[in-house]
Amino acid sequence: MTVEEAVAAAFRDEWGQVLATVIGLTGDWELAEDCVADAFASALDAWRRDGVPRRPGAWLTVAARNQARGRLRRAGVEQRKLAEVASMPDPEPVPPTEFPDHRLELIFTCCHPALRPEARVALTLRTLVGMTTAEIARAFLVPEPTMAQRLVRAQRKIRNAGIPYRVPPAHLLPERTGGVLAVLYLLYREGYASSTDELVRPDVSGEAIRLARALVSLMPDEPEAVGLLALMLLQDARRPARLDADGEVVLLADQDRALWDRTMIAEGTAMLEAALRRGQVGAYQLQAAIAAEHDRGPETDWREIVRLYDELLRVLPSPVVRLHRAVAVASVDGPAAALPLVEELKAELERHHLWHATRADLLRRMSRGAEARSAYEVALGLAPSAAERRFLGRRVAESG
Amino acid sequence: MRYVMFVCGDGTEPDVDLQAETEAWVAEMERRGIRKTGDRLRPVADTTTVRVRSGEALVTDGPFAEGTEVIGGFDLLECADLDEALEVAGKHPWAAYGGIELRPIWEWLDA
Repeated sequence: MTVEEAVAAAFRDEWGQVLATVIGLTGDWELAEDCVADAFASALDAWRRDGVPRRPGAWLTVAARNQARGRLRRAGVEQRKLAEVASMPDPEPVPPTEFPDHRLELIFTCCHPALRPEARVALTLRTLVGMTTAEIARAFLVPEPTMAQRLVRAQRKIRNAGIPYRVPPAHLLPERTGGVLAVLYLLYREGYASSTDELVRPDVSGEAIRLARALVSLMPDEPEAVGLLALMLLQDARRPARLDADGEVVLLADQDRALWDRTMIAEGTAMLEAALRRGQVGAYQLQAAIAAEHDRGPETDWREIVRLYDELLRVLPSPVVRLHRAVAVASVDGPAAALPLVEELKAELERHHLWHATRADLLRRMSRGAEARSAYEVALGLAPSAAERRFLGRRVAESG
Repeated sequence: MRYVMFVCGDGTEPDVDLQAETEAWVAEMERRGIRKTGDRLRPVADTTTVRVRSGEALVTDGPFAEGTEVIGGFDLLECADLDEALEVAGKHPWAAYGGIELRPIWEWLDA
């Protein structure tokens, strides 16, 4: 491995943890971020000169701490704060366990409900993944200055409004953990079924999976965190088959199963089973169970899928879940049985292209071509990604 | 951290009497050393605004900005952090009718 590769690997693997530690020491997000960036910048020269350290993360943490100490001293910060920053142990002589991992504090703070949802996602990517402001701006299709301002505002609010840097106490933990999982799933969905022109963005979903892995390693006893990671893996395993060579959408039933990632499916399934054994079923575990049933391939047990959706509706009674359940009912009892279940969601979902596309598909299967065509046309007008629009355009043409 | 808590509503009274509950909230938060002071405010109809422009005072009847949210009262809180302030504000009986706004005080002595 070259020094450049070592720095790049350290950036990928250690950025979040180093930054989390330095924020914990200084309590100042902007200062910590500057100092960690400087530490990475200085690593290239130092590692070329002295060789790559045995524990790059520890080296970077100390370099960033020293930066912070110098800047605070120059800024005339009170002695007590300096002493706290200086008291952090030097890395090489001490065992790694004395280096506290503050990533959980960092992720809970980034996902605090007092921050706007779009700021939570951006801040999580910036601080835990180390994505640049420009990269995050591109990912969410906003101008870079807008994203820069969003991040700075969020960081200032954390400081000025007194948002604590900690893992919430037990009585707040269930609701706050839910908030963290929601941010990670939102991030994953943005990569898997993007709202942008590009339907699939593996870079974004890949980062979501990496963060979910980190969260699970930090909270191994939280079955919904494990369930969420399993869900991501079980869905992501099908990604190579979701678009054909021309970038066109391939429906689940028509996908080339040889392209599915068997290793990912095995890992996700094992994880899900371990989570379910804890007997605290939640929405992510149930969605993962549905994904696992689909991943079994052509012999999908649709009755089991309907049953899982019934269970999911008890914990997550949303119209989108009812729509997915109706699709499963169509596979068990036929499209005529499913159509009324779809119709009754009209008021809630008629602005959603999936509602029209689902209804159109049922009408098509019932040989009601003219109605199917006009429903496909409405779906086409509402679909967010170019790949979906091309797919729906073909269906309009076929149902002519 | 110090916060001013604005107790906001739409200017109308809820159809239940919240006096006893509010007094219990005040007693609990004072006992915990969190609430430093606070009071209920007279309604918008009794509000007067003054602006000085070119050295001249312009006095008008009513609040500075007409809005749907009306501040009905305020409390000064001393909390460990925003999570504690949220817990305290969430327990105020008005939280279930209007909304409670938490504004951190701009501390000039911050390092």
